[in-house]
Amino acid sequence: MKEILIISGKGGAGKTSLCAAFAVLAGKSVLVDCDVDASDLHLLLKPEVRETHPFFAGLLPEIGKEGCTRCGKCMDVCRFGAVGADRAGFPVIDENACEGCGVCASHCPAEVIHMKPRSCGEWYESETARGTMFHAKLWPGGENSGKLVAEIRRAARACAGNSGADRILLDGPPGIGCPVISAMTGVDLAVIVTEPTVSGFHDLDRTVRLARQFEVECAVILNKADLNREVAGRVRSYCEEKELRFLGEIPFDPLFSQALREGKTLADYPDSAPGRKIAELWRAVE
Amino acid sequence: MNIAIASGKGGTGKTTVSLALAETLGSRARLLDCDVEEPNCHLFLDAEPIRREEVQISVPEFDRERCTDCGACARVCNFHAIAALGKKKILFFPELCHSCGGCLPACPSGAIREVMHRIGRLEFRRAAGFELVTGVVDVGYPMAVPVIRDLKKQALSDKTNLFDSPPGTACPMVATVRGADYVLLVTEPTPFGLHDLELACDTLEALNLRCGVIVNRADGHGGEVENFCRGRDIPILMEIPFSRKIAEGYSSGKRLLECAPELKLEFERLLAEIGVK
Amino acid sequence: MKIALTSRGRSLDVLLDTRFGRAPYFVVYDTVSKETEAVENIQNLNAVQGAGIQAATTVAKTGAEAVISGHCGPKAFRVLQAAGIKVYLSGGALTGTEALRRFEAGDLKPIDTADVEGHWA
Repeated sequence: MKEILIISGKGGAGKTSLCAAFAVLAGKSVLVDCDVDASDLHLLLKPEVRETHPFFAGLLPEIGKEGCTRCGKCMDVCRFGAVGADRAGFPVIDENACEGCGVCASHCPAEVIHMKPRSCGEWYESETARGTMFHAKLWPGGENSGKLVAEIRRAARACAGNSGADRILLDGPPGIGCPVISAMTGVDLAVIVTEPTVSGFHDLDRTVRLARQFEVECAVILNKADLNREVAGRVRSYCEEKELRFLGEIPFDPLFSQALREGKTLADYPDSAPGRKIAELWRAVE
Repeated sequence: MNIAIASGKGGTGKTTVSLALAETLGSRARLLDCDVEEPNCHLFLDAEPIRREEVQISVPEFDRERCTDCGACARVCNFHAIAALGKKKILFFPELCHSCGGCLPACPSGAIREVMHRIGRLEFRRAAGFELVTGVVDVGYPMAVPVIRDLKKQALSDKTNLFDSPPGTACPMVATVRGADYVLLVTEPTPFGLHDLELACDTLEALNLRCGVIVNRADGHGGEVENFCRGRDIPILMEIPFSRKIAEGYSSGKRLLECAPELKLEFERLLAEIGVK
Repeated sequence: MKIALTSRGRSLDVLLDTRFGRAPYFVVYDTVSKETEAVENIQNLNAVQGAGIQAATTVAKTGAEAVISGHCGPKAFRVLQAAGIKVYLSGGALTGTEALRRFEAGDLKPIDTADVEGHWA
């Protein structure tokens, strides 16, 4: 059973569009949208939610008003400015600033602060026309530590094991932080979608360095390739220099936006130029 | 005045807009690139950093001589950054440390003191008439927020501070937009753009922040964005038309106002409208 | 000596859990007394990060000198190494009993670095 991750350091390079097209071409797979912060894959794959699971991560302090002497110690010791005061002088927690360290609780002389599990979001097991899909929603401002990504990956692996699917396709998050690391570790291949722009190239390098640090094999697809031939050339040289598999290029095509607006993937236009190119790229990924 | 430039979706044009606003304001502006995982603003300026600073967080350091193997430090750490193995062996994982300071008072023998640990850097540049401060988190260090916090301290009270935010609505974006006088949300007229704009608006509402929308790569299909904004009473402040010329210029590292200088007047109007002097 | 095995259950008959940090139990086998003891690792299943560190500390406290697991991440490995505990990979879906047999036959080799990058793998 193989796990294939589609990522892009840079947002907007076309990763989710490509991932959705690959999902159509892939046949029997389990799909995971690891971009739990701003997940979009469901807009193309139209999942029907079968199960919803709450997600807890970290802790939040609960302050009991009874017994609180309003000494203000909690406000003094908090390094994150997360403990304010209401009009009566009782402490109030700013959940967006709170990191769940528990220092307020351990310093409270009256022992009325208790740390409780923090609800950070929820995740879903859904059915799509292309297979079972696991996706999630992180509440706004939530700490995107990667734990939620790990949870849906775990559920996906169990599902693939049970259903005999031979592939798990993961739509990755942007950036190089915790959620990306969580999406990346242990995959068989990270397909990096990039674009021939100065920003895209810069982000490609940081993404590759991260993947190498975590010993994840990667391959590169250059999208909107004809936008800038000079930078496209630099991307290809970079791949050669770093011994990265260059899978191929896709020229810029308004069909990407059009398909998106029609709620379709590019694999739904198999006779179009990008459609054929993407089918070719999928064969290369395999 | 503090203005944040954010978006739900990545790749909509936050950096493009941030740079254009900075260029429009010139010496009245300080641009802070808070997308510390993948900072891009500096790529569009032909300027080397005039100064670099390390970003450091405070972490514990353990004195083996004083350690009594009580294990209190490991127990108290909610982030599991400390492992107390007995025989005075304490292992510490800085990448998990949140610098809360909780372990210090927990130690009954005063064996823990705080030291500084590097997690990233700040770079200072001056070009195109304005100042740019870029935050860069070290590759492999998992948390963006401590670097963003440090970077925001570089805001100047006598300037208009522009915070180029990371994409999304999770803690790095929240850390960037907190305390802003106004948030500009950059979106694109596609289903992904609209969906993520909605998420971003929900977040800003929860944070009680004023916002307005800039539609980038406008192509005549923006009806749904318009309906959404009208429904939420959020103003659409500007539309930047899709243009191959701008896209190609961007790909080579040219700034928006270098490709389309006629837009400068529109940015001036926008800044006046949101109250920037 | 004592050997700790990551396990899905409380006895050696159960399949080994391939993960180290989030294995629900460690079954500790004493090669001298031939006794086994099950140690719960449940508190780690909900840990946001650093589960491997806690698990490794738990194992160190049992007095085990060796660990048999499916995988071991870098933080856990660092802790085990510091505690002087050797890590052996089971190499597949085995019960505790089968893994021990392979270990005693000398078929399992100790690893000298983590075999997976942690972060919830």
